[in-house]
Amino acid sequence: MADFGGSDEAFRTEVRNWISANFPASLKGKPNPMMREERSKPSADQEAWRKAMGDKGWGVPTWPKEYGGGGLSPAEARVVQQELGRAGAYNPIAGMGVMMFGPTLLEYGTEAQKKQHIPPIVKGDLQWCQGFSEPGAGSDLASLQTKAEDKGDHFLVNGQKIWTSGAQFADWCFCLVRTDTSKKHEGISFVLFPMHQAGVEVRPIQLISGNSPFCETFITDVKVPKDQLVGPLNGGWSIAKRLLQHERSGLSGAGGGGMFGMAKPLEALAKEYIGTDAAGRIADSDLRTRVIQNQIDARAFQQTAFRAMAESKGNSSPSAATSIMKNAGTRVMQDRAELTLEIMGAQGLGWAGEGFNADELMAVRGWLGGKAVTIYGGSQEIQNNIISKRILGLPDLTQSK
Amino acid sequence: MAVLTEEQSMLKDAAKSWVQEKSPVSAFRKMRDSGVELGYDAAAWNEMAEMGWAGVIIPEEYGGSNFGYLSLGLILEELGRTLTASPLLASGLAAASALMLGGSDDQKSTWLPKIADGSVIATLAVDEGPHHRPDKVEATFKDGVITGKKSFVLEGPAAQLFVVSAKGSDGIGLYLVKADDVGVVKQRLQLADSRGAANVEFQGAAAEPLSGGYALVEKVLDRARAGVAAEMLGAATQAFETTLDYLKTRVQFGQVIGSFQALQHRAAKMFTDLELSRSAVEAALTAIDNDSPDTAELVSLAKAKMGDTFHLVSNEMVQMHGGIGMTDAHDAGFYLKRARAAEAAFGNQAYHRDRYARIQGY
Repeated sequence: MADFGGSDEAFRTEVRNWISANFPASLKGKPNPMMREERSKPSADQEAWRKAMGDKGWGVPTWPKEYGGGGLSPAEARVVQQELGRAGAYNPIAGMGVMMFGPTLLEYGTEAQKKQHIPPIVKGDLQWCQGFSEPGAGSDLASLQTKAEDKGDHFLVNGQKIWTSGAQFADWCFCLVRTDTSKKHEGISFVLFPMHQAGVEVRPIQLISGNSPFCETFITDVKVPKDQLVGPLNGGWSIAKRLLQHERSGLSGAGGGGMFGMAKPLEALAKEYIGTDAAGRIADSDLRTRVIQNQIDARAFQQTAFRAMAESKGNSSPSAATSIMKNAGTRVMQDRAELTLEIMGAQGLGWAGEGFNADELMAVRGWLGGKAVTIYGGSQEIQNNIISKRILGLPDLTQSK
Repeated sequence: MAVLTEEQSMLKDAAKSWVQEKSPVSAFRKMRDSGVELGYDAAAWNEMAEMGWAGVIIPEEYGGSNFGYLSLGLILEELGRTLTASPLLASGLAAASALMLGGSDDQKSTWLPKIADGSVIATLAVDEGPHHRPDKVEATFKDGVITGKKSFVLEGPAAQLFVVSAKGSDGIGLYLVKADDVGVVKQRLQLADSRGAANVEFQGAAAEPLSGGYALVEKVLDRARAGVAAEMLGAATQAFETTLDYLKTRVQFGQVIGSFQALQHRAAKMFTDLELSRSAVEAALTAIDNDSPDTAELVSLAKAKMGDTFHLVSNEMVQMHGGIGMTDAHDAGFYLKRARAAEAAFGNQAYHRDRYARIQGY
């Protein structure tokens, strides 16, 4: 594959030594506790690792040093990523602040806003949630109604948000509010407020998977000081669009198993549950073909991720490939979840209790929870609209005659 | 697309402008209408050879430029866009690979310079039936001669040199047979895609072994498969772009049909599959250039993925063009026919899905 750039051996050694000195051996091969839907209190080792990475700034290796980030080049960041992988170490600095809000604030925020909000994200001290969708504003996000009235030195915010991921664990919210009711897209502003205050009520929503990764958030007479407005008044929509690009690139991760994937590769699982024929092939040939197809799609997706990365580094213009990543990645994830269930048969239908192992119970929850990935972050259909209109240049429908 | 070196960019640009000027789809149509028995335009092939394209992968000491498979893939992709039929794939890629990988110094210096300058057309003769099964070979090599039948040999009508798979005392291997040997009988086939193809019977034809056994057969085939996939990438991309242009110009119900979401989303799906396929094809060609240990599985991945995508896009090209796409006067049918022939060449999607899994042990 393509060369992803300078691998300075001295830097690699430095990274390797630092990881081995700071990463607690007890956490080797463990997932980031924050990435689980149901969270428990972090252990002392988990906290130590978060603090070490947070102080070093390597959780967000390419963010500027002046706000606590790693200040590394993309090539150096890749070395850090490779060395973490080699050591079996997760990146403890994660969440919506890292994935979406931080990069957006670095681009659009004032100096004071960056100084206030970036360092706690870098250190993993504060968690953020996204106040975008509303009961009446899903795919048509710009029709949102949560109102922010100008009260001189502050805005008074009232309204309801929904599908607020991780709101029950969040410290702050980046939120889209309506500051002008006479316009649609040009009447939206982007504001920030703390979640722990009287006017903010959070109710987790139980999903078909039995888990509650999303919440309803009720906002009543919340005062937002004007210095917590990001970008210009009524200029929030373009910031939101930029933020959604960060979200989509983060959500397509069909890579190493995907968010709802199993530790074991699909073909190994199939061999175990279905058995093999004399030639060592998965015994059910129809299932085998579909497993192969999924593996091929997963690998082509990874190859495309590498290609897009190489192209963005090389001399070619920005890659059109990035526009396909969310749909391509989520398709692989959902197919894999369906296949996993089919491979396990009735064992893959256990909901709780005895008679099922942990992987089996996770498979059914993952299958159901995974239905969300083609809905959130811009549904599959919205992604297709974006490809059709922005990449392929197909026109909007006019009134039919 | 892949990040290219300066040489590769120049090669690609040269191929693009030559193809657009000298070899548009109308040239392929003319070739088909004239019923040329070779299945390609000899004058166009001479121009391609003069530009050095037949020697892109061949080492400089044998008259080539040693630019590698990704470079040759770029040319094949451009040729594929306009369905340009030429012996470049069969001779300058597949047969040249066999000689480079399995030929003795003598064999290389006898044949490679002639393949590189286009004066000799060579090809692989591997399949013995309607399905690609390179491990099932009835043709035999004994006492210096080959006896057996090979089918669907690409560029068979034009070939002056065959690289033939046959069973010898050590199992299946590759052999060189000259087409003018008295023991060689060609039967030209007229296929739907109008390219040159023949069944070839070897009746005790004099043959020289290449070294490498069955491993060589698979290595050579992998190079040919990646080359076909590159050509398919170009053809599928053009079929898609032509269809997209039609969606933007054809008016029904008072508006261009490309404004209908039912068609937009199918276009977005094709675009998504084309991007995934491009990654797979470029990764396979790069793996060959790097002699990666996972070359075989990456080639099967590329051929399977590209085959599915070209299959989809060529069907949609006809469907989205509606009635005009059904007429012989339109080019859509050419892409549909090329797609099916290219899918079958050196193993279809079912073959390569199975092979991808077998290589990985399931």
